[in-house]
Amino acid sequence: MTLKVSTLLSACAVAALSTAATAETITIATVNNGDMIRMQGLTADFTEKTGHEVEWVTLEENVLRQRVTQDIATKGGQFDIMTIGMYETPIWGKQDWLVSLDDLPADYDVDDILPAMRGGLSVDGTLYAAPFYGESSMIMYRTDLMEKAGLEMPDAPTWEFVADAARKMTDKDNEIYGICLRGKAGWGENMAFLTATSNAFGARWFDEDWKAQFDSDAWNETLNFYIGLMNDAGPPGASTNGFNENLSLFQQGKCGMWIDATVAASFVTNPDDSTVADKVGFALAPDTGKGKRGNWLWAWALAIPAGTQKVDAAKEFINWATSKDYLALVAENEGWASVPPGTRTSLYENPDYAAVPFAKMTLESILSADPTNPTVDPVPYIGVQFVAIPEFAGIASQVGQEFSAALAGQQTAEEALEKAQALVTEEMEAAGY
Amino acid sequence: MARAITTQRKIINTTAAWTIGLLIFFPILWTILTSFKTEAQAISDPPVFLAFDWTLENYGVVLERSNYGRFLWNSIIIAGGSTILGILIAVPAAWSMAFVPSKRTKDILLWMLSTKMLPAVGVLYPIYLLFIKLGILDTRTGLVIVIMLMNLPIIVWMLYTYFKEIPGEILEAARMDGATLKEEVLHILTPMAIPGIASTLLLNFILAWNEAFWTLNLTAAKAAPLTAFIASYSSPEGLFYAKLSAASTMAIAPILVLGWFSQKQLVSGLTFGAVK
Amino acid sequence: MATQHSRSAARIMMAPAVVLLLGWMLVPLTMTLYFSFKKYLPLRGGDLGWTGFDNYVRFVTSSAFWPSVITTLVIVGGVLVITVILGILLAILLNQPMWGQGIVRILVISPFFVMPTVSALVWKNMFMDPVNGLFAHLWKFFGATPVEWLSDVSMGSIVMIVSWQWLPFATLILLTAIQSLDREQLEAAEMDGAPPLKRFAFITVPHLSRAVTIVILIQTIFLLAIFAEIFVTTGGAFGTRTLTYLIYQRVLESQNVGLGSAGGVYAIILANIIALFLMRIVGKNLDA
Repeated sequence: MTLKVSTLLSACAVAALSTAATAETITIATVNNGDMIRMQGLTADFTEKTGHEVEWVTLEENVLRQRVTQDIATKGGQFDIMTIGMYETPIWGKQDWLVSLDDLPADYDVDDILPAMRGGLSVDGTLYAAPFYGESSMIMYRTDLMEKAGLEMPDAPTWEFVADAARKMTDKDNEIYGICLRGKAGWGENMAFLTATSNAFGARWFDEDWKAQFDSDAWNETLNFYIGLMNDAGPPGASTNGFNENLSLFQQGKCGMWIDATVAASFVTNPDDSTVADKVGFALAPDTGKGKRGNWLWAWALAIPAGTQKVDAAKEFINWATSKDYLALVAENEGWASVPPGTRTSLYENPDYAAVPFAKMTLESILSADPTNPTVDPVPYIGVQFVAIPEFAGIASQVGQEFSAALAGQQTAEEALEKAQALVTEEMEAAGY
Repeated sequence: MARAITTQRKIINTTAAWTIGLLIFFPILWTILTSFKTEAQAISDPPVFLAFDWTLENYGVVLERSNYGRFLWNSIIIAGGSTILGILIAVPAAWSMAFVPSKRTKDILLWMLSTKMLPAVGVLYPIYLLFIKLGILDTRTGLVIVIMLMNLPIIVWMLYTYFKEIPGEILEAARMDGATLKEEVLHILTPMAIPGIASTLLLNFILAWNEAFWTLNLTAAKAAPLTAFIASYSSPEGLFYAKLSAASTMAIAPILVLGWFSQKQLVSGLTFGAVK
Repeated sequence: MATQHSRSAARIMMAPAVVLLLGWMLVPLTMTLYFSFKKYLPLRGGDLGWTGFDNYVRFVTSSAFWPSVITTLVIVGGVLVITVILGILLAILLNQPMWGQGIVRILVISPFFVMPTVSALVWKNMFMDPVNGLFAHLWKFFGATPVEWLSDVSMGSIVMIVSWQWLPFATLILLTAIQSLDREQLEAAEMDGAPPLKRFAFITVPHLSRAVTIVILIQTIFLLAIFAEIFVTTGGAFGTRTLTYLIYQRVLESQNVGLGSAGGVYAIILANIIALFLMRIVGKNLDA
């Protein structure tokens, strides 16, 4: 009840604010993930409150990245709001390509945003993108299969346990694969997972002098462990599986465990899409006893490119889409489990949300990720599953192709690492490090 | 006896041709069928061919999520506009190459084709910057121009080969009668070349419709055609085969139907001068 | 025959097409050349000055360069071989008397109407997926282990997808050529007792040579540029990175416009070498 009143009140406030400005049409580029598609469906609520219309450009992740990067780098001005991530925001913010979001209205309550998210989307204390949803990574596992294997999943397992459990759960004749992990080449696909995992094994991308570290023992151990595990307990065609492919497999009941983005939890527990909705348990991403877990930190966030003529309308939209009221609106329409997770402290303090099965583990995973000290040894960069330098996307995509080929058995882990080392060194020299 | 052999042969031919034809068509058929399944049925093991509960749900979802009408309209305008504009520019050029050939005609023709070999990815940044300067980013005008230029060599080539087949005597007779150049082109050549022009039109409409690099990279919300529409369904979260199939069917249906109806023109016209 | 008057008129009529294409060639080419001598990194502040031939050297000495050229040639060559051979067989079959010829023709040419992105998506997900794909089901039905198409036979898969798209085009052109084949000549040969294979080798094949060169020329132009099929299916992994795709990675993934532009210049050179080679053949054939 109180919630409704506050929704109404803030709606009035926004409405009052907007009567002064003229109604505009803003163009928003976004990714075709479930939460964003839900947001599109609710656009009418925004238009009703502010009078502004929205044109959506919804693209698949890779296409979206390419389009927005190109547009902002050339100052093309095609979009008033861009959906970008924790990787792009600090780089673009530093270039002054984004409009500062420090002047959002007081009732937006910027302090409510989880510190890890806010930190990752700010440059020198200035917020450049507002998180729409945030995620870490965690283990999702089948409680029934775990039981059948005679094991019990601890809340904070080790890789040793996970590998053992995966091999025991595997039953290839019945198309049950103990573990599904990303194998598809791409900096946001297999490299996100492998970079995060390598942290748990004590590996790093660069030493403090920006020298590539793929010739280290830690990387060798990481990659061999991963390939060995996937060969024994992974699904066929793992080297072409990304987030979406694994999600399908898990929903069809073909994976015993899946270590991936925390947002997947709401999909695998949704009985409309998932055949195993009531048999899913959650645990923190595994470690190897070296003090770091391979859980990453990511947010899809809304940012305004500098140069747009419609800054005010764009800000109003961000204020709407990333507000507490938006969370309430989604909860009202589709239930609490469908609310975009991982952005606001208040959401996790909300008793209604606490009843959602994956809420606690999501928050714990997010809180235990540390982008400034991602791995055991010190590093010169920020980022758990990425390195926040402009060259990373290009380099990591190529390294990802080598690792993917190693997983497919087309080369050994050693060969892949050797090529990776050479290629990264070459590119970093070219970039002038 | 001879008759029996032909009938027997005809049966064999028919069986072979239909088998191969259906095999080639199968991926499209399967996509269309999948678009009427639920997501669960779309991945069922073993796969179901026809015995499923037909549903229009996926089309509903796609229509609700995207403004299909606008994508479709943009595709029609861009493909149609670029084709027509291309033909208007190409007809005179092809005419003069066919009827007033010089030593360099063939070189020019081949040079035109070679302009198609410029790799699009390599010039994306320059073209993007140029489009910003000209203020035609995300406009149908911009795309019509680019797609027209891309296909112009093919259009000129095709028209040239058709015009060449028109016997020169007719032209001379017309000239004797005092026809002007304009009359010659308009009243004699064009009517004779209509079948050729029609198949050129068709082929280039198809090529323009399916062009997926420039149409995706030079548009945002306003001018985006169906190629961009597909990019929002290509790999979303969760099960998506049925929705992808519905979106795919919607993207290819208009051109597929057009192609089927104009099959005769396309088959008889698509020679590129391959036939003497 | 042509008078002075009609010559100048002809020139005027050709002018729009020639001028436009000249512009379409020169403007991007000049800009690409310009960028290729620059250190141009949009994410590091844009134009960082001239670098001479650095980009050219770097692009060509990168370990990815030669494999990508070979990949390009293999894909183009593979598709050409498949579409031409199957196209000839299919055209001959379609030219035979049968029931429902029109419908069969429609079935056969349909893949040509499907946009590359759609066909890549459909093949990748609904056919080649090693768990849910139709091929996987078919393999399992016969008791075999499903093939991991896009990783284990990545090149074969891409060649197959692209061939499926271009087979209709080849078939159509070859069909029109076969239809123009002199029936009397064939029948005379049949009367003389020439066996079918011989008739095919000595009458049909020579007659088709011109059509085959046209198919090769036009398809090569389009095949050198294929992008969507690779972008959607493998993203350049598993040895499927063509020169075009390598340039894409340099320009858009690494955001190194200078380096990518140098790559673009190499691609133009490669395309022109192939073009020169092709046009020699076609040019000869065109004279007739």
